[in-house]
Formats: sequence, structure tokens, C-alpha cells
Amino acid sequence: MSQEIIAILMSVIQAAIRAGSPLLVGTLGEIYTERSGVLNLGVEGMMIMGAVSAFAVAQIAGNVWPGVLAAAIVGAAMAFIHGFMSITLKVNQYISGLALTMFGSGLSSLIGQQYIGIRGYSLKPILFNFDPLVYFFILLVPILWFVLFKTKTGIDIRSVGENPEAADSSGVNVYLVRYLCTIFGGMLIGLSGAYLSVSYIPSWTQNMTLGRGWIILALTIFASWDPRGALLGAWIFGGVEALQYRLQPLGISPSLLGTLPFVFTILILVISTRGTFRRRMGAPSALGKSYRRGEK
Amino acid sequence: MKLKVERRLVESRRRTISITILSALSLIAIVFLACGVNPILAYERILYGAFGSIYSISETVTKSITLMLCSVGLALAFQTAIWNIGAEGQLLIGAIFGSGIALSFPQWPAYLLLPTMFLAGFIGGALWGLVPAVLKAKFQTNEVITTLMMNYIATKILEYLLYGPWRGKEAWGFPYTEIFSSSAQLPTLGTTRIHYPTLMIAFVTVVALYILLTRTKLGFEIRVVGKNPEAAKYVGINYAKIILLVMMISGGLAGIAGIGEVAGIHHRLRIGISPGYGFTSIIVAWLSGLHLLSTIVVSILCSGLLVGGEMIQIALGLPIGVVEMFNGVFLFSLLIGEFFLRNKISLDISSKKIESRGQVK
Amino acid sequence: MSTIEMKSIIKKFPPATIALDNVNFSVKEGEIHCLLGENGAGKTTLMNVLYGLVKADSGDVFVGDKLVKIDSPKDAIELGIGMVHQHFSLVPTNSVAENIALGHPSVSFLFPLKKVKKTIETLSERYGLSVNPDAMIWQLSAGEQQRVEILKVISKNPRILILDEPTTILTPQEIKNLFQALRQMATEGRTIIFITHKLDEVMAVGDRVSVLKQGKLVKTLETVKTNKQRLAGLMIGRAVLFRLKKPGIRPSKVVLEVSEICALNDRGLPALKHVSFYVRENEILGVAGVAGNGQSELIEVLTGLRKAIKGSVIILGKDVSNQSPKNVADAGVAHIPEKRIRIGIVGDLSVADNLILREYRKTPFSKRIFLKKDFIEKHANKLVKEYNIITPSISTPAKLLSGGNIQRLIVARELQGQPKLIVASHPTYGLDVAATEQIRRWLLKQRELGVAVLLISEDLDEIFSISDRIAVIFEGTMMATVDADEANLEDIGMMMAGIRIE
Repeated sequence: MSQEIIAILMSVIQAAIRAGSPLLVGTLGEIYTERSGVLNLGVEGMMIMGAVSAFAVAQIAGNVWPGVLAAAIVGAAMAFIHGFMSITLKVNQYISGLALTMFGSGLSSLIGQQYIGIRGYSLKPILFNFDPLVYFFILLVPILWFVLFKTKTGIDIRSVGENPEAADSSGVNVYLVRYLCTIFGGMLIGLSGAYLSVSYIPSWTQNMTLGRGWIILALTIFASWDPRGALLGAWIFGGVEALQYRLQPLGISPSLLGTLPFVFTILILVISTRGTFRRRMGAPSALGKSYRRGEK
Repeated sequence: MKLKVERRLVESRRRTISITILSALSLIAIVFLACGVNPILAYERILYGAFGSIYSISETVTKSITLMLCSVGLALAFQTAIWNIGAEGQLLIGAIFGSGIALSFPQWPAYLLLPTMFLAGFIGGALWGLVPAVLKAKFQTNEVITTLMMNYIATKILEYLLYGPWRGKEAWGFPYTEIFSSSAQLPTLGTTRIHYPTLMIAFVTVVALYILLTRTKLGFEIRVVGKNPEAAKYVGINYAKIILLVMMISGGLAGIAGIGEVAGIHHRLRIGISPGYGFTSIIVAWLSGLHLLSTIVVSILCSGLLVGGEMIQIALGLPIGVVEMFNGVFLFSLLIGEFFLRNKISLDISSKKIESRGQVK
Repeated sequence: MSTIEMKSIIKKFPPATIALDNVNFSVKEGEIHCLLGENGAGKTTLMNVLYGLVKADSGDVFVGDKLVKIDSPKDAIELGIGMVHQHFSLVPTNSVAENIALGHPSVSFLFPLKKVKKTIETLSERYGLSVNPDAMIWQLSAGEQQRVEILKVISKNPRILILDEPTTILTPQEIKNLFQALRQMATEGRTIIFITHKLDEVMAVGDRVSVLKQGKLVKTLETVKTNKQRLAGLMIGRAVLFRLKKPGIRPSKVVLEVSEICALNDRGLPALKHVSFYVRENEILGVAGVAGNGQSELIEVLTGLRKAIKGSVIILGKDVSNQSPKNVADAGVAHIPEKRIRIGIVGDLSVADNLILREYRKTPFSKRIFLKKDFIEKHANKLVKEYNIITPSISTPAKLLSGGNIQRLIVARELQGQPKLIVASHPTYGLDVAATEQIRRWLLKQRELGVAVLLISEDLDEIFSISDRIAVIFEGTMMATVDADEANLEDIGMMMAGIRIE
């Protein structure tokens, strides 16, 4: 009997880790972007563009890895657009991100139209039923944490996000740091989309991201903008998603179960925002505000 | 030679709108070209599809009703610095509440049933908007994400009802409820689909909200909260009350729009009663410069684009995502327009002969 | 070579401000050069041009006889120029060491803090500026934060050091330490530019002084060859009144009675410890103190924005402790806030709207649910005239007004309610001379009319010139309260530093 329970537990954990992988890498990317002070609401659009690019290029090239690379490039390119609007043109970051999401969602269904229903290339699992990307994403956590908190670059990034005037005054190129962080974040978000279409569900359907982009935004807050928190959050969330499918046989409507991730997102958002208020480890103070030298 | 970006002194709204429209037209033309479509032909078809015939105009007006209701509520919310991205979900829940009334009391006479449905729709949308509002007022939770999440939850609830307890007939794989009784169907103008009671509600609402915002004490408080919430608390304005009220109005109006859709157009509840109206309304609200009265005209224009867009989409075989893409491009154009509202670009040609950039021996 | 020469510098801020009007400014190597002028004279702007934070419209800058182009602080730092700003450029959520490491050219990528901590130790010792390298900035006092700021700039080994009003938040003892450190640096051959509006400091630490007035450089003098009166005259250009004439009125009834107030600050630490005092009709109580000693928290408690965990606030016999801001205001309290743009006005709303911010619920301005627009307009026009608020129209957004006019607007609005108590927090900070004088006159007028005024200010000149009684707040406690006639600067200064006077 206990062997069965362990087996069930193992399968849930495995499902949780797999479901959590796209969330993990996407959150890691968004953490870097937001740490530098840029709010990117375009995650959903970038993720889905990453998914469709990975699928399409994989089809064309006959191999998964060019697809993954393409997704990273596409994510970076879209992030660059958002960066240009937010950092150089200094327009409203909320709207710029939203526009990017709409554009990305639309463009992806355009590109993806021809690929609906086609069987895609998928990554082969290498260890414990996990494919290389899962391990890569997990490996990113300690690396990105180290860079953010224990290196000079990390100090620059965090300072730009907290007090860009101080950073500028100290000789740090605020605009460059923000651009790089936004583009880097975009790359990782592209990868998170790629994971969906070449590993998690190796096929293409419209809107296959199903709101995960927005969940990533919530997870970024839950993680307190710390890569370690991203790991915890992504896996917990992956667990909720895995649970959703496990509970179906109990007769609960799949649609209602489908609300679980979203309800959960709202819950963690509320908890995180309340907690961080007291813990003084809140959002980067300059998050979402454009920086212009000489202006208060 | 360097590109210099400078703050402008005089902001000209007219310039913004022209630049917005110009960049939108150019960018969308690029998209058309990329799809292998002649942009000029496409624009022609769109205009014709929107305003070229009595039928087109009536369709445009019909679609504008929903946009008007949603966008005026959003304009109000955005002015109060409440980023309500949840109009989509609020519309659905309003439609659900109204449909519930229609399905439960089909025998009621129209003069009783229809107003009740509208009321139910308002309440449904208002409640759906209230949840994120309470979270924001009490816990300072970011309303962008909560309202978005509520959209997805609403969609799932709709799915549940349609595949479950309210399941009616099925057509081409998309389920719907039973058709509403005739007393639950809104009258329309002649042979068009213009459900004029909702249209009248929309007009009255826009004007009423405008008067509320500019001429009443409550409107004053809303404006103060929107522009400086700290000062608002300081002069004793109940910040929480304002947020809750504004979100209820915004959500409630979207809910009424939902009733318009189910009682006026589809005569039943089904998936897809809102092809992204919630998001398009964001654009309408923004394009109106958040001016309440402007939303009437802008709604009609944007719905014209939607109608025309749909026509060419079918005619040219473009997938559904194209309209969403246009929305995105449009929003970008809006941002570019806004940018030129506040800044001007000039080329900085330095004529200094002796230049040593930060280097001293 | 660390000489500086700035030639023909012109800087305009649209629409109509000429911040720097053809300024020619030069500094010799190894000297402490004071840049003297009132608030708004252009001192900070001139140095911001030198440091690359502001681009001049025209003019040239020479460092060590070479023409240079300084487009950003990075360029300035490369040229060996360092600047300690008036408002610190520190990142509160980072540690001292991390802040000093920020942007430092010789910090390594991996483990950047090792070397920095050693540097901090060395410099602390040399100049007598001690700090804990691992402390978080938000935990430090204002004086300690400034030490970090200075260490940060010095660690880059600048040949030229600019300090912008560094003593505003320091106690007299800390000021002495600072001057010692500066003299040490000057003997090492560094050039120091010291921005200030305080005559005492110029005479105490400067070798030479340049006086700026309304964007023009009036004169450069050697401090040994001049005196305070002369400098004051050059700064203001007319006979300076060091004390405004106050009609002698005997204060009577107690209006504000504060007893045993205890309150916490935002970090949960005690900010006010058993504070008690009173203010009477026809009286101005001036509260002096270095910023960060509880003044903000005191004002917040008095105006209902912060909870007092103990104690009471009584206004004319009515207990308003821990009531909402509205109730406190209704009890007859007017507040001229320190952060005028942040909570004093709603910037995007019109002047007329701002003028009814407090009164809009009352009858002449509104009837049932509607606002009475014509009355509001009339009211606004009347106030604009009466209070000399310079504005293109009453529908102009308030944020477009100059600082002085915004303050006039706030005063006009607050005085409408016929207050019994005025709480004025740094009311003339950053304002031009005309506005400053006007506001002080209005406060004196209100005093004459029977209003009680609580004045909190860092400007000792202001406190001395209009207060009837002077109190000092230090680390959340009210040190003694003395009659203004009997108070002297040294005693007040020592109390500000925590030393009680018998």
C-alpha cells in the first residue's frame, strides 16, 4: 500500500516539476527585468511567441534545438521593443507591455495557423524523465542568484532598480543596465514558451500559454524578486497544476478545476503583497517608472 | 550627431491623434504586406465593410454599443488610476447573471424580465469588479493581475455552465444554452441588429458619468483620488470607498454590455460572446484620452474597424489572431502618439572643434 | 592639475527661468572655495553642469586648462570630479559597502565587497568618518548616511570634490568633524567646492567665496578680506533684516495641548518619546532640530496621519488624539505640509480645484450632490488676487506653478477655514526671497489675529526671526523650551545635538 502512495507522490512531484519549469525560467527572466526597474506586462505575448517560434523553427530545421534558440532570440527581440518604448521613449510601461502581449498573441496565431494539429519534435528526457531544459532551468537558479547578490553586476542592477538617480550619479549607465536586463529577461521568457511547445505539450495550439505569462508576473512578486523564491513558487504552482489533473477523476468539472491556478495566483499575490510590506523586501522602488536624468 | 529627446512645452492633442493614426496606418500596412495583402485594397475593403452600406453601418453601431459601455467605465477607472483589465470577465459574469434570470423565468413578460436582466447583469459585473477592488483597497494588491486572473476564472465558469448544468443544444462543437424566450430578447431597430434599449442606456450612461465626474462632489473626490491618492486621504476622502465605487460602476457597465450581447444579439448564452471586447475597450478608452464624452465617437470608429476588419478577415482568409495583432499595433501607435505629445526629437549637431571627451592628461 | 574654469555658462529652464546667466567661475588648486547664495540662486545648477547631471545651453568648461565635454557623471568621475549631493544618492535597501562599491571603477566582478571594505577602513581612519560597512542604509541616521556618501565619493580619489549644502542635517559637532576632514583633504592638494547659503560656514571653512545671486556670479572674494555683513549684502542685494519686527502681544489661552505623545516611525522604532508642549493664542512656537529627529512623525501625529500609541492631543479642549485627518482639520487645524507637491496639492487639478480641496463639502461650494462652479470660480479669483498667486489662469494645473506660488496657494487654502491652529512644516524651504518673506509675514499676521502657530523648521534664521518661544527636538524628545528673547544660538545648537542646557 505504501509503495502505491510513494508512486503517486513521485508522479505528482514529477508532474509538478515539469509543469513548473516554464514558470521557473520565465520568472527568473522577469525578476532580472523588474530588478532593474522595468515592468514588463508583455510576458504572455512573449511567451506565446516563444512557443510558436520554437515549434515552427523546429519543424523547418527538423530538430528541436534550433527552435529553442529561435525562441530565445524572438523573446529578446520583443523585449527590445518594450525596452525601446519604456527606456528610451519613456512611455507608459503598463500600456507598452499590454500592447506587446496583444501583438504577440495575435502574431503567434497567425504564424501558428499552419501548424495546428501537426505533431511536433520534442525533447528526449535524459534523467528521471526530465529533459535537459528542466535541468538547465534549475541550474540557472543558483547562478542567477549569485550574480544578482554577490557580484558587481548585481549591485548595479539592484541599485538601478531601487534608486536610478543614485546609480546614474555613481557613473552607472542606467539605460544600458535596463536594456540588458529587459532583453535577458525576454530571452528567458522566450525559452519558457519554447519549453511549452517542445517539451511539455509538444504541439501547437492557439493560446497554449493559457495565462501563464500573467502567473509569472504574480510569481515574481511571490518570489520577492529573488531567484530562490522563483524556484519555490514555480514548483508550488506546478504542483497546483498537477493536482488539477489528478483531481479530475473525482468527478469535479474540469472547467472549475481549471480555475484553480488563477484563484491560487490571486491568493499568493495577496499574501506576498501584504508580507513584503512589512518585511521591507518589497518591489524595487523604481519599478515601472521611467528614468530621465535631471528629473525628480 | 545625436538624437535629442526633449520635453515639449505645449501639448497638442491634435498632433497626437494625427501621429497616432499615421503610425497605426503605416504599421498595419506593413503587417498587411507581410501577409501578402495589398494594404490599400485592404483599407478600402475595411472602410467599405464598416461604413459602406446600410448593413455595414448598422453592424458598426451594433458593435459600438458594447464598446461604449465598457470603455466609458474603463475611462472612469483609468482616470482614478485603477487599471481594470478585467472588463472581459465582468462582461461574461454579467451575461451569466442575466442569462440565469432569462432561463429561470422565461414566462415573465418583457417589461419585467428585461429590466431584471439588466439589473442582474449590472450586479454580476459589479460583483466581479468588486473582488479585485476590495483586494486593492484592503491589501494594496495590484489590480492588473487580479482583474486579469478574474477574466480567466470567468471564462472557466462560463465553460462549466455551458458544458454542464446549462447545456442546451450544440452547434458545430460549440455548446450553448436554450434560446431565450421572446420576452427575454431585446427589440432591435428595424431589420438591423441594433438593440436600441442598450444603446440608449449607453448614451445616458456616458452623459451621466460625465456630469458625475465634472459637476458633483463625488466626481471631485474621484478625480482627487486618481491624481493624488495621498492628498486625497489627507483631506479626508475615503479612498477605499472611491475605489470600490468606481470598480463597481466599471464592472457593472461591462455587465450591462454582456446583457446587450446575450439578450440583444445572440439570444442565448454561448462561448465567444465577447471576441476580446474587454481589451478593445482599453484601446478605446485610451484613444479617447480618457475623456468620457469622447468614448462615444471613438467607440463607433473602433467598432467600424472591428466590423471592417472582420469582413476582410473572412474575405482574405486571415486567422482570428490578426485582429488582436492589430489591437497591439494600434496600442503601440497610441504610445508613439503620446510620446510625441510630450516630447520633440531634434538632431543635435555639435559644432565644437576642440573636443576631448572626458580625458585629461 | 585640479583647477576648474567655467566660462560663460548659460542655462535656461523653460518656460521662463534663467538659472545661470553667463556665469564665469574659477577655482584654484588645493583651495576650499565656497559657493554662496540663497535658495534658487543657481549654485546647485552650476555644479550639476560641472558634474554632468545638467547640460548647459552654452559655455565651456576647463579642467586643468584643458577644454572638456562632460555629458554624464561618468565623464565627470573620469576627470576626477566627485560630488556629494544635497539629497543623498544612496540605495536604502543595500548595505554601506554595496553603496560605496556602486559604480566604483576598481571594483572586481566577483566578490566586489572584499576590496571595498578595506578601502572603507582606511578612509574612515584617515578622515575620521566611521561607519559599519555591513549596515543597511535605511538603518542609519542622516549624519551617518552622509558619512557614507562622502566616503563613497572619496573612495574614487577625486581631485576635485563638490559638496552641496552638506551641513543641513548635521549637528554642530558633526559639522566640526566635517570641516576638519575637508581641511585634511585640501592639504592633500584636493580642490573643494562647498555650496552653502550659511554665512557662518563660509567664514569658518572657506579660503575664497563666490557669491551667486539670481543666476549671476556677483563677486569672488577671499574670506579673510571680507565679513558676513558684506557677503549677506552681496547675496541679497539689500539691507538684511535679521529679525522681523514683531508686534508685542501677550499670548493667552492654550490652543494646542500635547501630552506624553509616544509614537513609532515607519520601521517600528520609537520616534516620539513622551513629547509634551503647548501653543497659545497669539503665539508662534518654533521647533528647531536637525531633520530626522521626529519632526515628521510629530506633524503626522498632530494632523491625524500617524497613530500615537500613547498620549493625547487636545485642541481648545477637544480631544483629537488619533482622529482622522478630516476630523482634526474640522477641529480648526490648518497644515502647511513639508512635501508641498506630494500632499499639499493635487498637481493635475486646476488652481481653482485645489483651492476648494478642504471646503468643497461645505454649502457655498456645493449643494446636495452638485458643485457650484460659479461660486468656486469667484472664490478662486478672489484668493488668487488676495494672496498674490501668480498663475496664467485659475484653470491652470497647479503643478505648473512655481514653488513659491504653490506655497501661496496652499496657505490661501488653509487659511480659508479660519483655523485656530496652524501647523507649518518647513514652510519656506526652497522658496525665493519674496515668497519666503511673504509667508513669514502671513504667519505673523495670523499670530496677531489670535491664531496659534506651530512652526517646525530647520532654518534657524527663520525660527529666531518669528518665534515667540523656541523648542528643540532631539531624538524624539523635546529638549527645553525657551523664550525667543532669551535664546541664543549656541545653546540651541547644543540642544540640537542632544546636550541639555540648565
